[in-house]
Amino acid sequence: MTTPAASPPQPLPAPVPPVNPETREYWTATTRGRLLVKQCADCDSLIWYPRAICPQCGSLHTDWREVSGRGRIYSYTVNHRGEGPYQGAAPFVLAYVELDEGPRMMTNIVEADGAYLTVGLPVEVVFHDTGEGAALPRFRPLRS
Amino acid sequence: MSIRGKAYIAGAYEHPERKIPDKSIAQVHADVAVGALADAGLELRDVDAYFCAGDAPGFGPISMADYLGLTNLTYTDSTETGGSSYVAHVGHAAAAIAEGKCRVALITLAGLPRSQPVPRPSASSLAPEAGFEQPFGPTTVSMYALAARRHMHEYGTTSAQLAAIKVAASEHAQHNPHAMLPKPVTVEEVLDSPVISDPLHRLDCCVISDGGGALVVVAPEIAAALPRRTVKVLGHGEAPKLTSGGRIDLTYTGAVWSGPRAFEEAGVTPGDVDYASIYDSFTITVLQTIEDLGFCEKGKGGAFVADGALVAPHGRLPFNTDGGGLCNNHPVNRGGMTKVIEAVRQLRGEASAPVQVPDCEIAVVNGNGGSLGTRSAAATLILGREDA
Repeated sequence: MTTPAASPPQPLPAPVPPVNPETREYWTATTRGRLLVKQCADCDSLIWYPRAICPQCGSLHTDWREVSGRGRIYSYTVNHRGEGPYQGAAPFVLAYVELDEGPRMMTNIVEADGAYLTVGLPVEVVFHDTGEGAALPRFRPLRS
Repeated sequence: MSIRGKAYIAGAYEHPERKIPDKSIAQVHADVAVGALADAGLELRDVDAYFCAGDAPGFGPISMADYLGLTNLTYTDSTETGGSSYVAHVGHAAAAIAEGKCRVALITLAGLPRSQPVPRPSASSLAPEAGFEQPFGPTTVSMYALAARRHMHEYGTTSAQLAAIKVAASEHAQHNPHAMLPKPVTVEEVLDSPVISDPLHRLDCCVISDGGGALVVVAPEIAAALPRRTVKVLGHGEAPKLTSGGRIDLTYTGAVWSGPRAFEEAGVTPGDVDYASIYDSFTITVLQTIEDLGFCEKGKGGAFVADGALVAPHGRLPFNTDGGGLCNNHPVNRGGMTKVIEAVRQLRGEASAPVQVPDCEIAVVNGNGGSLGTRSAAATLILGREDA
């Protein structure tokens, strides 16, 4: 068996996330280019990942809130070994982005040359449609 | 209630093989169970408590209890916190023994990830976080790479410093005839190994091995009647480290909480520790844990390990003298069991002679399960020599 040498990476896959009644509104918003988080109606905390309970105060009263979709890289890695749907997609960038509003979310950095990636780099959200009623919020370097 | 001195580890056994193509998972659980009981001078019929985690095949602890013929059980526990489970199990067993619920507790770990790979349960699409993490392609290595990058950013930690952890483990592994990677390596060799998920290289990662291990924890009166030297359980702590609703901090582990709890119960301080078994899924796991347990100031772990502190027998903090998960064995991708076993060897004076810590009286064992890049579970044990 031979291994093809230096084949160009495939486009980043967009695996379909599991959607349930608790998260449907979030995913529907992504297909319209809007990024939502939850906010606690009692203590005002922003909550990521979105859920029905506030993990800060225990309140069951949480509301959806749209955020700007801008933030900064909190940490990142260029992964050279994709698995599952990402097999063949490497190298790709996995990251945590800290939104301007505060929460840190796992994502991919796209449209970026790895050479200038750095912690603290300003980024903005882009949505990659999965084709199944949900789009993945990924981030690209902010164009000034 | 304190568990200090209320229970003893009387038996410990590590499966000698690292690839087992011709056995079932249950069969390897049986091999290590019988091995640990024989080490203790006990038999299966003496066991009245059974502890296992997610690697045990079947229905919680019940399928394996049935398979092993553990007909005298009064206590079972299948706490599943990944690789730290078995460290936690020792604490749970000691507490149950202290409460009089049982007197002879058997803990087993076994699996065959090399010979019979199965999907990781952590990738369950039913996990509440699944939709917000799995679609972005996280892998085990990349999660720890995120933690390493942030630690480097905040504290100036370098890849060469992380490599020093692997170098120390490899120095130890050369004395272990069962070690999967027995050849000493240099910092340069670690840095020259392929980047898997930057900044982590292949040699920053633990091995993947078939195998397992088992422990027997007993009540003091049973320990006193056994022929072998036993190890005293002095203290235990546990703590999950969570993502806190979007406030994740990648620079520390749950050992910042589990460590002080264990040390307090044991009545000792980090300065009293002669030997440390530190969970080493990746080099960054060791670095953060050493800081979190208080062996050096937060952020100074890089300088600490680069100084040769981890090298046995004479470093400031001799660690993982069997070669650890980085070089010896990381059965079923779960390193907690082998961490306890090597601490038992040290406290019995039965580690490999070149790495046996002289007059080893107090050991710390730290386990970490889950992922430093998301949510994880720390468990810390303080163990003492029989007369400690």
